Amino acid sequence: MSNLRILVATKRVVDYAVKIRVNAAGSAVETANVKHSMNPFDEIGTEQAIQIKEALVKAKTGTAEVIVVSCGPAKSQETLRTALAMGADRAIHVESDEELQPLAVAKLLKAIVEKEKPDMVILGKQAIDDDSNQTGQMLAGLLNWPQATFASKVELGDKLMTVTREVDGGVETVKAPLPAILTTDLRLNVPRYASLPNIMKAKKKPLAKFTVADLGVDIKPRLQTLKIAEPPKRQGGKLVESVDDLVDKLKNEAKVL
Amino acid sequence: MSSLSHLGRSARAINATLPRASVARVASNVAPRRTLLTLATAARRQGAILAQKTSAFNKTTSQTALRAFSTSLPSLNDAEEAEEESEDPTKAERYADETDVVIVGGGPAGLSAAIKLKQLANADGRELRVVLVEKAGEIGAHTLSGAVLEPRALNELIPDWKEKGAPLNQPALEDHMKFFTKNYAIPLPHPPQMTNTGNYIVSLSNYVKWLGEQAEEVGVEVFPGFAASEILYNEDGSVKGIATNDVGLDKNFQPKDEFERGMEFHAKVTLFAEGCHGSLTKKLFRQFNLRDECDPQTYGIGIKEVWKIDPKKSKPGTVVHAMGWPIDNSTYGGAFIYHMGEDMLSLGLVVGLDYENPYLHPYKEFQRWKHHPYVKDLLEGGECMSYGARAINEGGLQSIPKLYFPGGALIGCTAGFLNLVKIKGTHTAMKSGMLAAESAYAAITSDKYEEDKPIVLEDFEQKVKDSWIWKELTEIRNCRPSFHTPLGNLGGVLYSGIDTILLKGRTPWTFHNTTPDHERLRVATNAQKIDYPKPDGVISFDLLTSVSRTGTNHAENQPVHLRLKNKDVPVERNLKIYDGPEGRFCPAGVYEFVDDESGPAGTKRLQINSQNCIHCKTCDIKDPSQNIDWTVPEGGGGPQYVYT
Repeated sequence: MSNLRILVATKRVVDYAVKIRVNAAGSAVETANVKHSMNPFDEIGTEQAIQIKEALVKAKTGTAEVIVVSCGPAKSQETLRTALAMGADRAIHVESDEELQPLAVAKLLKAIVEKEKPDMVILGKQAIDDDSNQTGQMLAGLLNWPQATFASKVELGDKLMTVTREVDGGVETVKAPLPAILTTDLRLNVPRYASLPNIMKAKKKPLAKFTVADLGVDIKPRLQTLKIAEPPKRQGGKLVESVDDLVDKLKNEAKVL
Repeated sequence: MSSLSHLGRSARAINATLPRASVARVASNVAPRRTLLTLATAARRQGAILAQKTSAFNKTTSQTALRAFSTSLPSLNDAEEAEEESEDPTKAERYADETDVVIVGGGPAGLSAAIKLKQLANADGRELRVVLVEKAGEIGAHTLSGAVLEPRALNELIPDWKEKGAPLNQPALEDHMKFFTKNYAIPLPHPPQMTNTGNYIVSLSNYVKWLGEQAEEVGVEVFPGFAASEILYNEDGSVKGIATNDVGLDKNFQPKDEFERGMEFHAKVTLFAEGCHGSLTKKLFRQFNLRDECDPQTYGIGIKEVWKIDPKKSKPGTVVHAMGWPIDNSTYGGAFIYHMGEDMLSLGLVVGLDYENPYLHPYKEFQRWKHHPYVKDLLEGGECMSYGARAINEGGLQSIPKLYFPGGALIGCTAGFLNLVKIKGTHTAMKSGMLAAESAYAAITSDKYEEDKPIVLEDFEQKVKDSWIWKELTEIRNCRPSFHTPLGNLGGVLYSGIDTILLKGRTPWTFHNTTPDHERLRVATNAQKIDYPKPDGVISFDLLTSVSRTGTNHAENQPVHLRLKNKDVPVERNLKIYDGPEGRFCPAGVYEFVDDESGPAGTKRLQINSQNCIHCKTCDIKDPSQNIDWTVPEGGGGPQYVYT
């Protein structure tokens, strides 16, 4: 009988469908009054953890406990409730109103891992607001655990996971002994809808809260954003008369030759 | 506020065209609770659980037919006790939950009713379960209005709204009324009802968001992202509650891997607060003959944008209303410009949907109106942040239907309490919700309450008639209909001026709204084509650019929610006789007549780009053939309005 404990890290980000703008001060993307939701890759991670649990239960070879964790301000609890509604068992909220960069998050997650002792930690490959693609890898480094990133397929054996990764050149299959880190890529699964009955049940599931001080972690940012600007407006296309005209434009206007 | 409906949506949407891992799904999620539910429900009402009736009913009718017009009809069969394991997940029994009150719609009316109910219950130390479902992914996401809010109802509901952080930050300071000619903006006097001292310029979307937070704080269960798509009935024909959409059906109504059956809420009282021209409300009108004694409702379409403007041009607190150019004398219409503060400008055009010319294009009228020197000057150097549109009620007092029926009531704009002279409907909508709450609470907690008898909220209608809602609407009842003379807008303005300033509605006569809007269109051959200027991309924009500013999105591969009763009518009637007005009155470019490649050269077909829909309901109102049936799509879809 294998009983797994899976920790899933989630982040509350600006919803993927929102048209983002730079704020009035030019310092960051405008997030006030803008719709937020769970990072899509984290939804895939949550779904994966729940599918692992369902597979174990169905095969009668054991079960899994799915714990979701999120680091962020008070509203991150909505993200956790979403995950609970999908089927996670309990939630942990590390509350902080400060900016949390990937290294800080990795350290906070390490503290949670040391408390909860999971067999696997699943993260999204990157968050759609900063596209850092660092937290999973940094966490693996801090814990000295094996990592399989950009997973498009996961198979669990006895204390072992076999992961198919999407890499630039194609697809790579790796084996890693548990405990290990997994980061999800798009093709791993299609997350389920949370049904309304499950949303109502989720309200009763446990949600524990920690502060950064409780975990004794240094979250000071190491990176400073200097400038944010919208991309240049798309120029209309121009028709050129001849090859000479094209070469001339490429040389003198676009300055790429 | 939980944005739970967008669960999986993002990954799903991105994933749409990629091969998916197949997931073994067990659709029925009801089994363990079934016996408890059977006992509980049987004790409450005689006869069967509607869920069982629904599946029995489903088995005898074709799936697509029921899906197209999903109204549960009361069944005369007895309960089926045998548990039937259906292979078809779309016919699985739905999870059903009991609540005291269920409210359809999380706008000002619905939220006010919910808050009032919990306030009454909390004051009495009583348990009262109030559930509210809202089709938008977040409370406020489908809310759009001018808006200058009269805080009268808010002061009654939440007197300490300022301490609680209500987003009423910009008092209205100055009122201006103007008559536009092509080049000039001529100042006009305005009726006293349009003076806005004591009112606030707000983003109604932000206001509703705040109301939603207040509702959660007093203990209302708010569920955004869930669309009520079906009315449930008891055996005796009274309203039993509502059911939410099944989600995860594909275009052909077949279940996808992520299929989830909707759920049912059974309530002692169901309040319908769907906003102007509600999709379930229109079924209630037929079911209970609620419109037998009133005039048809008439409507306008409000189209607006929110701009960030040059700070030097921003005059916070200034309220401007304009009539005239480019709207002609025979079309009802007017514009608004509100300086919201923080360099934001809310501006828009309302066009009466009783317009006669099928070539009228409300969206393009709005775009060309912005080029008027007065408006253009304000917008130059600014940036458009948001766009949207919504139908509004114009019928007033004469068009208010019967407000209650066994098991429920109508509140807010779905009944139609908008004061057209003030151009305000929020305060009356809220008040109607609060009155319904009082009435419902009294009925539920009364000694005379009997479980087997439906609640009939007769006193709710009387409360509305005794309230300031009725007084306001009575005073201005003759204004809008006075525009329906051959004198057009001129006649209307003259009469309304006299009525609002001198007579204040104290006349023995009441004009009537005789003709529904969809019967007003002239045939195309008798109408004048309008040559609209092309958008310049700086002040005015093409339709699709504007649609992208609504943030609207619907999950891919779901049934088209705009249903045609007869699929030949658009080409054979609307196109032939009226030259396809749906291609012009939709502010989101949903309806397009394109070449039909499968037919002989020159034939057209109607293409429905339902993903663009911004839920304004204009098509359901104005289609001259009344062939388009607006039904609610999967919860969570639709616009994502910001600052509107």
